[in-house]
Amino acid sequence: MSLDDLVGELRSGMTIGIGGWGSRRKPMAAVRAILRSGLDDLTVVSYGGPDVGLLCAVGKVAKVVFGFVTLDSIPTDPHFKAARQAGAVECMEIDEGMFYLGLLAASQRIPFLPTRAGLGSDVLRLNPSLRTVTSPYDDAEELVAMPALRLDAALVHVNRADRNGSGQILGPDPFFDEVFLGAADRRFVTTEQIVDTEQFASEGPVQTMCVSRMLTDGVVETPGGAHFTACVPDYSRDEEFQRAYVAAASDPGEWSAFTARYLEVSEADYQSAARGSGAAPGDPRGEPGSATAKGGGR
Amino acid sequence: MTTTIPSADDSGVSRAEYCAIACAEVFRGDGEVMASAFGTAPAVGARLARLTFAPDLVLTDGDAALVVGAPPLGAAPSSLVVESHMPYRKVFDVVWSGRRNLIMMASQIDRTGNQNISAIGDWARPKAQLVGVRGAPGNTVNHSTSYWVPNHSTRSFVDQVDVVSGVGYARAVAAGPAATRFHEIRHVVSNLGVFDFETPDKVMRIRSVHPGVTVGQIEEATGFDLVVPPDVPMTRLPTPEELELIRTVLDPGSLRDREIRA
Repeated sequence: MSLDDLVGELRSGMTIGIGGWGSRRKPMAAVRAILRSGLDDLTVVSYGGPDVGLLCAVGKVAKVVFGFVTLDSIPTDPHFKAARQAGAVECMEIDEGMFYLGLLAASQRIPFLPTRAGLGSDVLRLNPSLRTVTSPYDDAEELVAMPALRLDAALVHVNRADRNGSGQILGPDPFFDEVFLGAADRRFVTTEQIVDTEQFASEGPVQTMCVSRMLTDGVVETPGGAHFTACVPDYSRDEEFQRAYVAAASDPGEWSAFTARYLEVSEADYQSAARGSGAAPGDPRGEPGSATAKGGGR
Repeated sequence: MTTTIPSADDSGVSRAEYCAIACAEVFRGDGEVMASAFGTAPAVGARLARLTFAPDLVLTDGDAALVVGAPPLGAAPSSLVVESHMPYRKVFDVVWSGRRNLIMMASQIDRTGNQNISAIGDWARPKAQLVGVRGAPGNTVNHSTSYWVPNHSTRSFVDQVDVVSGVGYARAVAAGPAATRFHEIRHVVSNLGVFDFETPDKVMRIRSVHPGVTVGQIEEATGFDLVVPPDVPMTRLPTPEELELIRTVLDPGSLRDREIRA
């Protein structure tokens, strides 16, 4: 499947979960494809990084569900900041552990999971729909009942995947990608490289093969597809590009130049422009977005 | 009320080093718990505690692993000896088990120990959007939490924080026994002094002042009334061994002086 096919599976108004964490292993090629699309009015559920910032910058977002939005080496994302300070997006701001439990509850098809996290904080004041639950056992503790965060679609980016939709994460932290996929109705994986399944074993041990094909509906090969976020060990964060992204946000003229150069172009042209030399990060393994559909094009 | 504190410090110890010692003290008495520390002085302090009086502390590589010993600030990943995997999903297991002691930063902190890293102003349309509540709500009701505020002023030490991210004492009590059961705000370390909540009504008290700072200066830089004990001690001097560890082993590049000027 291609990036266009992936976007074709999404609809305006959907609740979309985006994997990765901060400015790390974000499915940025898929985000860029959404930026170019006619989709809008999205609810974005994310351990937020520049995915949230970019989607806010172009007005695709109605609501953000988040515990933080950060660029890691730069504390905040300028576009998310601007959207918040303009009151332009609705928000559900929750503890990052509550966020995990919400996805887990959705993936387990239960209405909520209990947790101490949130008790006493303004998370409950700012989200009046959140409820507490009293333990039915002798302790009778009153805990937060974190509701399931059901997703219409989930997008994650992994280092390697096969044609059947199994994914391999070679970096040290798989983050919560599996839980995002488990919580979603339509599940899409973008990957640095589609490989034959037999190749997984030469790339890393079995615990790196953490995304089961039971959790995926489609795979897109997008070399450099997490750029400019980190996708170790294939590449680290492009700090220089990230700084340019932040700098461009401070001036409307610079931002429209940034948009014209990087966002209103195809993924292949983005990769050429972003890398300056025409080479995709890592190695030029194939045309971005060209490759494979799981199960013959689902 | 003003207590005069000797302002001269002829020990040659910098303010940043006093801050590091004060942060190390946060971990005194801890056994095998994960020490998490945000900011430079806390990072030095946690490592120092590990190398001296809290040898069982468990430190992370700042990414997804637990490491042996106490690597210097900025150590190359290849120089670290990893002892265990600690991706974020397992971090939540640790947080919720209580096997953690944490120093977080605070953009705002108030009299009862509420902390804000979410937004300044009205949350619905903030004057300044910050990073977000992150794990502060869950951390504070699950394990000991302390705060590091490198810029003590009436903007950071406020009467009431704008968005309660980390939960203070009064809010925990109001939320009930499930919130107070594991709640502890141990210390607040700033560039001016050390604070705690060891008062009958669990409000902020001056625990010590850093040498060169007066109680009056601290009161002036604080947006609420602090409890001031009759005799305010000075933050303790590092031992010669501790000073040597800070200067030559843990922070030879003096990153600490970029955070807190001498």
